[in-house]
Amino acid sequence: MTYQEKKSIVSLISAIFIFISFCLYMYPHYPEGGLDSSETFRYWGFFILILTVVSIVAHIVISIIFNILFRITTREKEPTFADELDKLIDLKAHRNSFFIFIIGFVIAMGSLFIEQWSQMMFIILIASGFISDVVGSLSKLYYYRKGV
Amino acid sequence: MWLALYLSYITIGKVSNMGKNLVGNHIRKLRFNHDEMTQQQLADKAGVTRQTIVALEKGNYSPSLELAFRISLAFNLPLEEVFFYGDTTNLKKQ
Repeated sequence: MTYQEKKSIVSLISAIFIFISFCLYMYPHYPEGGLDSSETFRYWGFFILILTVVSIVAHIVISIIFNILFRITTREKEPTFADELDKLIDLKAHRNSFFIFIIGFVIAMGSLFIEQWSQMMFIILIASGFISDVVGSLSKLYYYRKGV
Repeated sequence: MWLALYLSYITIGKVSNMGKNLVGNHIRKLRFNHDEMTQQQLADKAGVTRQTIVALEKGNYSPSLELAFRISLAFNLPLEEVFFYGDTTNLKKQ
């Protein structure tokens, strides 16, 4: 298995781990009160902002740890640049990821229109962000294994 | 906007599949004939990662014209002696 394939798997596992851990951490902090209270909106805003920051930082840290472990275990240096195949795969993975997120966004807006329940919109948006991240990593793994 | 996005998604998918597996190559054989050159050595000469050479040899990727020329230069051969256009099914089976 090549460096890029291993990196895609690590990215996939870390995305799932970060999201589940963060959700488990945030779940007990859900504010009491009405579903549409301003405190609840503040909670969701905080949730999305902090999840974004935590994801970025955790991905960077995990990537550094992975590179160190890769060097130790394989005694090879990781590629220092992205060539045309890497860029093409990145582009396709982003396309798939973006498409999933847009579908989630449309469903979230649809839920507002039908249900009139704002909580559902936030949950769908967050879930679609997570699924799009997973789809992005899976796409990379697929394209590296099966070709483009 | 959504329709445009969907159409672009479909179009990119079709365009990217258009030339799939139609550009074959003799890279593996040529590496062997060039003092058993390693994939990493060829990758360094062509300015790509080893993963790309692996994908090319497996027939999983059709290179850009620029990369095709760089690989040909690495072997000191004309382009058509390294790459060919056509059915690569038989080559993959070998």
